[in-house]
Amino acid sequence: MANYYQPEIETASPQQLLAWQNERLVKQVQHVWDNVPYYRKKMEEKGLTPADIQGVEDLKKLPFLSKDDLREAYPYGLLAVPQSECVRIHSTSGTTGKRVVAFYTQHDVDLWEDCCARAIVAAGGTKEDVCHIAYGYGLFTGGSGMHGGSHKVGCLTLPLSSGNTDRQLQFMTDLGSTILCCTPSYAAYLAENIHERGLRDQIKLKAGIFGAEAWSEEMREEIQNALGIKAYDIYGLTETSGPGVAYECQEQTGMHINEDHFIAEIIDPNTGEVLPEGSKGELVFTSITKQAFPLLRYRTRDICVLSRKPCSCGRTHVKMSKPMGRSDDMLIVKGVNVFPSQIEAVLLEEGYPANYQIIVDRVNHSDTLEVMVEMTPENFSDSLAKITSMEKALVSALKAMLGIYAKVRLVAPKTIARSEGKAVRIIDKRKI
Amino acid sequence: MVYQISVFLENRAGQFAEITGILAENGIDLRAVSIAETADYGVLRIIVDNAEKATSILMQHGYLMSMTPVQVVAVPDQPGGIAPVLAALAEGNIDIEYMYSLFTHIEGKAYIVFRVAETERFVALLQSYGLTPSTGEELGIR
Repeated sequence: MANYYQPEIETASPQQLLAWQNERLVKQVQHVWDNVPYYRKKMEEKGLTPADIQGVEDLKKLPFLSKDDLREAYPYGLLAVPQSECVRIHSTSGTTGKRVVAFYTQHDVDLWEDCCARAIVAAGGTKEDVCHIAYGYGLFTGGSGMHGGSHKVGCLTLPLSSGNTDRQLQFMTDLGSTILCCTPSYAAYLAENIHERGLRDQIKLKAGIFGAEAWSEEMREEIQNALGIKAYDIYGLTETSGPGVAYECQEQTGMHINEDHFIAEIIDPNTGEVLPEGSKGELVFTSITKQAFPLLRYRTRDICVLSRKPCSCGRTHVKMSKPMGRSDDMLIVKGVNVFPSQIEAVLLEEGYPANYQIIVDRVNHSDTLEVMVEMTPENFSDSLAKITSMEKALVSALKAMLGIYAKVRLVAPKTIARSEGKAVRIIDKRKI
Repeated sequence: MVYQISVFLENRAGQFAEITGILAENGIDLRAVSIAETADYGVLRIIVDNAEKATSILMQHGYLMSMTPVQVVAVPDQPGGIAPVLAALAEGNIDIEYMYSLFTHIEGKAYIVFRVAETERFVALLQSYGLTPSTGEELGIR
C-alpha cells in the first residue's frame, strides 16, 4: 500500500529528478549570485561565476555555508529577495547567542507545506484524519510546518502546540485524534500518561510523526507498542525550511529527502570532500527552490548515511539514515539546539568562571539539562538568600539565552576537572 | 562582635566530618555551628576559638569561605530569656538574617549569635535596652 501526496514527484524517475535538480540548481545559483552579495563574494573568492555551475555535477565547486556564516550575515545578509516579498520568519538559537533567522516568501511556505503534507500522507494521512499537532508553535518551525501540511492534506487540524498534557489528552480523546505530531520524547510522555489514566481504549491514534530530536529504534518500538500506532521519523532544520526536508514512509528504514527541493551531499567534515554514496559523513543541503533564504551547500553538522536502494513504497527520492551524531558540539535538548558556547557566554556575563560541565539526561522520557558551575569567592556569601538569588538570576539568564530551563548546580571550587588537554564539557547520559 | 567563618559545602556525605576533622587535628575548638542548606549545597557557619588560624588551615585545604562579623548577645539561660532581645529587634524593625547559639553556657547565661542587616543600629538598640554584645575576649574567642 503506498500513499502519495504528489505521486508524479515522489515517484519520478531518477533521470527526471536529476533533470529537475540540474535546471533548478543553475537557476538558484544565478538568483543567489544576483541577490546575495555575501555568497557572491564567497564564489568570487573561489574564482567562480554562475557559468561554472552547469548542473549537479558542478555542485562540489561551490563554497559551503555554515552556522558561522549565518551569524556573520545576521539578520538580513543572506536574504535573497526584498523584505517586502517575505511573509514570515522562523528562528532557532545560534552558536553564541545570535539566533538563526530564516525568511519565507509565500511560495517558500507553500513548498514547505507540500513537503510536510508528503510526510503526513506517507504516514497514512488523508482528509478523513484528525491531525493532532503538539509541536510548539511560534518561532520554532515544528508547529507551523506540520500545521500547514495538515491543511494541505485536508485533515482536521488540532493546533494544540506543546505542553498542557491534560488538555492534549482531552482533545485527543474527545475529538478522536488519529495522527499525532510532536517530539518523540513528548509522544512517549503522552503514552505514559494515557496508560496511567487508563485512556488507552479511548484513543483512536493510528500514526505518529515524530521529529526535532534524536530517538532510537527501541524508543520507536516502545511508543508503537504503547499507543498501538506506527511511529514515523521526520527531519528538517530551520535553515532549510523546517520539518519535512526528509520523512519516513511505511518501510520505516530511513527518511526520503525531498530531492525536488533539496540536493543532499555527504562530506568528510574535516576535509569538506564529497564522499561516495553509502559513506557516513556530514549532511550538506542545497535548497534549489527557496526564494527568500536559498542556502547553497549548507553544512548541517548532522552525521548520517544516504542510500539510493530502491524503496518498496515506490518513492525514488534518496533516503537518509537517522542522524548518528554531530560534527560540532551542538546538543539537542527537548528539541531545542543548545551550544556549550551559549552557556559559556551566560556564565561569564553573570560573573561565573568558564569552567563548567553540562549534563544532559532523559528522565521519564523527557530531556533534562543541568549546568554544573563552580562557586567563586566573589559570589560566595554567608547569606544563603544571596547565593540562591544569584543562582536564580543565572537560571533566568540561561533560560533567556537557550529558550529552555536549565538546572544550575553550584559546586565547590576546583571540583570540575580542569582541561588537561580537552575539557569534558558535556556529559550526555541519554541512551539514544 | 566576633568573627564567624562561613564555608561553602556541597551536599555530599562526609563533608562536615572532613572539616571538623581538620579543625580537631589542629587543636581548634568549635564554639558554634549552624548550617543553611538547599537541596544541592549549603553554607556552614562556625565560630571557633581561633578564627584566623582556622581560616588559614581551611584555606590550605581548598575550602571556599568568608569571614563575617556577627553579634553575640548573652541572655539569661531560662525560659523566655531571649524574648526581650527579639522584642527590641521587632520594635526597631531590624531584620534578622539568621541566628543560632554558642555551645558555651557561662554562669546561667546562654549566648545567641545574631546576623542582622543593620549592625550599628542593632548595637545601639541593644544598648538602649541595657544590653551589650559580648566581645571575643569575654568568650575566649579570638
